[in-house]
Amino acid sequence: MTRVCTVALLLFLAIFAAGPVSAQQAEAIKIGVIQPLSGPVAASGNYVRMGAEIARDWINSRGGVLGRQVQLLIEDNKSDPKEAATAAEKLIVRDKVPVIMGAWGSSMTLAAMPKLEEYGVPMVVETSSAASITKRGNPWVFRISPPSEMEALGLEKYLKNFGIKQADFLAVNTDWGRGAASAFGDLLKRSGASVGATEFMDQAATDMNAQITKIKAGSGDTLFVTTSVEQITLVLKQAQDQRLSRKVITTGGSSSPSQLIKQAGPAAEGTYHILFFLPWFPEAMPDGKLAKAFVDEWTKRGHPFEGLTEGFRGHDGILTAAEAIKLAGKPDPKAVREALWNVNVMGVNGPIKFEKDGPAGKESGQSKPSIFIVQIKDGKIALPAFAAKK
Amino acid sequence: MDQLLQHLLNGLLLGATYSLLGIGLTLVFGLMNVVNFAHGEFYTLGAYAAFAALVGLSVSFFLAIPLAIVVGAAAGALCERCLLRPLRGESIDTIMLVMIGLWIAMQNAELLGWGGVAKSVLTPFPAQPVVLGRVSVSPLRIFVFVVSGLLILAAHLLLARTKLGRAMRATFQDRETAALMGVSIERIHTITFAFGAGLAAAAGALLGPVFLLYPSMGDLAALKAFSVVILGGLGNFVGAALGGLVLGVAEEMGAGYVSSGYRDAVGFIIIVGVLLLRPSGLFVRAERVG
Repeated sequence: MTRVCTVALLLFLAIFAAGPVSAQQAEAIKIGVIQPLSGPVAASGNYVRMGAEIARDWINSRGGVLGRQVQLLIEDNKSDPKEAATAAEKLIVRDKVPVIMGAWGSSMTLAAMPKLEEYGVPMVVETSSAASITKRGNPWVFRISPPSEMEALGLEKYLKNFGIKQADFLAVNTDWGRGAASAFGDLLKRSGASVGATEFMDQAATDMNAQITKIKAGSGDTLFVTTSVEQITLVLKQAQDQRLSRKVITTGGSSSPSQLIKQAGPAAEGTYHILFFLPWFPEAMPDGKLAKAFVDEWTKRGHPFEGLTEGFRGHDGILTAAEAIKLAGKPDPKAVREALWNVNVMGVNGPIKFEKDGPAGKESGQSKPSIFIVQIKDGKIALPAFAAKK
Repeated sequence: MDQLLQHLLNGLLLGATYSLLGIGLTLVFGLMNVVNFAHGEFYTLGAYAAFAALVGLSVSFFLAIPLAIVVGAAAGALCERCLLRPLRGESIDTIMLVMIGLWIAMQNAELLGWGGVAKSVLTPFPAQPVVLGRVSVSPLRIFVFVVSGLLILAAHLLLARTKLGRAMRATFQDRETAALMGVSIERIHTITFAFGAGLAAAAGALLGPVFLLYPSMGDLAALKAFSVVILGGLGNFVGAALGGLVLGVAEEMGAGYVSSGYRDAVGFIIIVGVLLLRPSGLFVRAERVG
């Protein structure tokens, strides 16, 4: 009986193991994707995946890369840094991908990075904001999302419009949240404002009342919130329960204002959000036509509109990776890394081109993305008067 | 002073939700000696059942809660019948592994069925907070606080005062004697587990609208439930209720006056302390010996 079972199991495994082999015969070029598809920030990861799939289909309908179709191998990091490292290793060792896109959260990206260096495979970082990602001297990292410092600089020109005298911070207790709180804090101190309370919350926490009470006891006029849209929803609702009257600015670009309007309702009214894509005003993007086409394709596929502010990252990341493979002339990790330095494409966010960042000799690539700010006004998304085109 | 009062109020409201999470677990854990790792998943199930009733059947919020309890209890009964009954008499480790499997299976089923995107539940309560002097609180949380209290009281009375409750306690103290006294042992097992699952589902239906619904919401809930059960003592309803309040206030004060980054650590430091000094729980009367 046991032998029958063993044979059956081996057969089963053989059939499954044969799957990818037959796909390889079709000579598709593989791109690895690591995203949080389950866990507390699953919504965002799934939106990035949807955007990546649009990029793949568009590239393939234009004839693919090097005359071959592009195939995405998507791994779930379960919103967990440990899983992100495992996923990277699996994609590199088992699937032998020449390039990876990932891994949404800064802590997840940082956990995957040593694997890139160990095996020598480049990764396009599409979402993570922690400064340390490009400062650690990992020459296999190419980031298209803005680090918090760059985001803070993007806000700087509007700073006088906000009239901030004292700001408080409420951030998720991860590399991303801590990095953002210090970057925006530095910006404010430079511009003469003071920083009140800096409070943190666990990534999975649902009750932030203690932090809000503490912030309320201070005398700030503005509250910076850095976390996922799920937690922003809860923070806004709980702030309303406690009658916290502060100007709220969210950072990191993962706030999905459309989802906030739906789920936080009146609690989201008047809040400001730093974003890297304006799906409500595609014509305001650097390449209006591309942005419009992306929004249309997203809607046609029946994806939720509120996912667009995350989804574009997936598109731009895959576009960058595919362009690098094309320039390299072969799907080889080393050649792709060299080619990434020469990438110059127009993404949904704007032009993507890498500059050197980090310790000399071991620089990471950092692109300079476009940064926008919107406000929720009367239950709709609006460009604040001061940020509208001049 | 205002800040202290608001922290205290927040802590009590939060603590009441912890108590509610803990009572279902303390029942199953304490009486049946089943380490129910899937407790958080019954909580999630209750939340999604209420959501489905609200959106799919468009029933009122107040009807959705009992419906969710029924769904949770039915799922609990089914799980006891199919998974726990065949394993009766197996070691606690085996059952623990099965419950971990159930936890993972249920969570992935939720993910498959509902997707990873968080859902929010609309309630008939106004969004504007109730202002009491210098502190304020949302009406929904007052409702949850009151209903939690009533559920805990009802569960306590059922166990302490009714014939069914006596049969339950008898079964888990000495199954042979209970069987000789005419108690249907198998039925009591099913009912007890269904009862625990129903209480978890009630917590999910009540807290879903306060927070958000997503497939992994049960993980944090289960963690807190286990903490509450350890604080209060196994199978001790009043202990779980008070343990929840202690944990809620401790976390709140820790976050408010020590550091919000260490919020969860404060709860666990207390638990380590309790395990070292009063291993059978904060609210247990002197142990009976012999």
